[in-house]
Amino acid sequence: MERALTQYIRALRAAGAAVSPGEAIDAARALALVGYAERGTMKDTLSVVLAKTPEEKALHDRLFDLYFSRAPGEPEHLSPPSGGSTGEAGEGGDPAGALLDLANSNDPDRLAVAMEKAAARAGVDDIRFASQGSYFARRMLEAMGVEALEQRLMARLDTRAPEARAEAEALMAARAGLMREARAVVDRRFEVFGRAATETFMNTAVASRAIDRLSPRDMERMKAVVARMARRLAVKHSRRRKIRNRGRLDVRRTLRANAGYDGVPFEVVWKRKHRDKPRIVAVCDVSGSVAAYVRFLLMFLYALNETVADLGAFAFSNSLHDVAGPLKSMDFESAMDHILLEIGSGGTDYGQALVDLREGWWERIDRHTTVLVLGDGRSNHTDPRLDIFAELADRAKRVVWLCPEPPGRWGTGDSEIPRFRPFCTHLSHCATALDLEEALDEILLAYD
Amino acid sequence: MTTLPTPPGLASIDAVTAALGEVGYISTRAISTAVYLAHHLRKPLLIEGPAGVGKTDLAKSVARSLGYPLLRMQCYEGLDESKALYEWKYGKQLLYTQILKEKIHDLVADADGLDASFAKLGDFQDLFFSRDFLEPRPLLKAMEQTGGSVLLIDEVDKSDEEFEALLLEVLSDYQVTVPEIGTIEALVPPLVMLTSNATRELGDALKRRCLHLHIDFPDAERESLIVRARVPEISDRLLAQLVAFIQLVRRENLRKLPSISETIDWARTLILLHAEALDPTMVRETLSVILKRQGDIAAVAARAEVLTHAAVKAALEPA
Repeated sequence: MERALTQYIRALRAAGAAVSPGEAIDAARALALVGYAERGTMKDTLSVVLAKTPEEKALHDRLFDLYFSRAPGEPEHLSPPSGGSTGEAGEGGDPAGALLDLANSNDPDRLAVAMEKAAARAGVDDIRFASQGSYFARRMLEAMGVEALEQRLMARLDTRAPEARAEAEALMAARAGLMREARAVVDRRFEVFGRAATETFMNTAVASRAIDRLSPRDMERMKAVVARMARRLAVKHSRRRKIRNRGRLDVRRTLRANAGYDGVPFEVVWKRKHRDKPRIVAVCDVSGSVAAYVRFLLMFLYALNETVADLGAFAFSNSLHDVAGPLKSMDFESAMDHILLEIGSGGTDYGQALVDLREGWWERIDRHTTVLVLGDGRSNHTDPRLDIFAELADRAKRVVWLCPEPPGRWGTGDSEIPRFRPFCTHLSHCATALDLEEALDEILLAYD
Repeated sequence: MTTLPTPPGLASIDAVTAALGEVGYISTRAISTAVYLAHHLRKPLLIEGPAGVGKTDLAKSVARSLGYPLLRMQCYEGLDESKALYEWKYGKQLLYTQILKEKIHDLVADADGLDASFAKLGDFQDLFFSRDFLEPRPLLKAMEQTGGSVLLIDEVDKSDEEFEALLLEVLSDYQVTVPEIGTIEALVPPLVMLTSNATRELGDALKRRCLHLHIDFPDAERESLIVRARVPEISDRLLAQLVAFIQLVRRENLRKLPSISETIDWARTLILLHAEALDPTMVRETLSVILKRQGDIAAVAARAEVLTHAAVKAALEPA
């Protein structure tokens, strides 16, 4: 049973639950305590010991049913196969006959035992991708000694006698039946061990694909990926807000704290250095070419709302609008659609956007604020108002520009990126979700 | 560390359910399993779930069912060790110093030479950093209980991360370290329960040290049992309708879903109003008992008829 438990924990880990060795030991102790008799109790027990977040609980619920889907009360079936005997086929010295017998036996328990042993021998638990299914099913049949059966089948097919024909058909049916069973076992194992690995692989792939080349199906996956990235960043940067014991005495507060002790400094208060919480003003170009990026940037920023104290979001194509309102009041998707529809039409004008920013919201930007500009810097040959941009750079803590166009195209046509560049603290090409994460990490780092 | 014999209320999972039932807490198999494991594996139990599903109540009920004292520590931002662990009674220490100052002549009078005087005074040094001047706070108090106890660390997500780190020693080894005295080990390991509303993601280190129980809103059957236990005078018909209504409301898209405590409050309210059964007008007038946000109230009030009829219909069907 220990093996079943370790394998189960392996499956949980493969699916993304961070089960520590200590918890694995706890799980073994807990199961020894409650016993294996009741499936429900086992499930509750493992849930309490191994799954520590709502996601992990859901994962456990799903995996437990898949993994322990075999009939309860036969835990010995889960133990590793003994010795080198080929499953049930070892008996009687006629492997093909034994296999035929097994396939026709109508005894699901016996068949399940044989399948289990074959699966262990074929290493089915190592399955990672759905496309490996046939390969592993074949390996299982080989482990059960199907070759002997096939040899006999070939022999029977060569002779033309009617009784041989009949036997060949029986053999073929048996083989197909076994194959079906094996395939079912492999598919179940894939759900347990492989599915999560595939998911992880797909997530990595989608995170490093250019955002404007994502298919609608990727978009759904991307949302989950972005949410997870945001959580990771939030955890990373939410620590270290307070730094105590800076080594300098806070005389005023020390005196006050010890007034009760006749001024004898029992309690010493040290100066604290307060860190600003990040304040970000995002100015996004929402014209057609950049729209897809804006969606993810804003999604990312709003997922970070616990870490970022003050988040302003502005969108423009020819004039600047505050979009924090719709993003707060509506759900994200409809808010984005609304914004893109309302503001996204019209020629891009960076100069006008900067003028609007100065007139309407200049006081939002001070030396604690990071201004995040997302845009391709293509201003339709209008005046980019570099004077205002320079003033902005002076006012703000940092100006970070994320450009979805690759560096090779900066400065071509109506692109004003090279002229904006000297005023930016940081300017980078941002095409994938990974780039976005990196850029935001950089911004938050400035506040740590 | 000594271990007490297992109290009968923790002998088996069913015994936990029974013992909790006796003090009016309707448990589920999952909850009882968690409590049972927490005791036998000697691990703290972290309870998470939406507000008002009876997380704190579980700890209280466990203490009551076992006859253990409950030591409760409410967490909040800025909570530090002087409020959670121990505090030096500086005032008392100061007073003793003053007294000693006056008596010091008498004490060293018969000692000749500086060394002898020091030796004599040296005996007092230990006295100054002794337990006499230590004011135990909940965590230390729990370590000092000799007859078993339940330590409830309530809303641990409200505390700072520094405090979480402090908890680690207490939770994994059942000991606390007081620099001036040394390490104090628990006489009898307390049954530790932590609750969290998940306003902040707890540190991994803390989570991994605890058993984790997620309590969600109860299903109709369990909710009926709970309301029945708390409001015995309610009629079967009203109870069934009320619970069905709440279950329906929880499926609506609301900011704050009604919790069990609000269901109970609503049951009491309806009894005060002599309601025999739910009707849309009554529902609309008393919605503020179960919903606490204006937007939510408006949303449900608009659908009061539909929901009430659905609830009345659901109540008629045998469970």
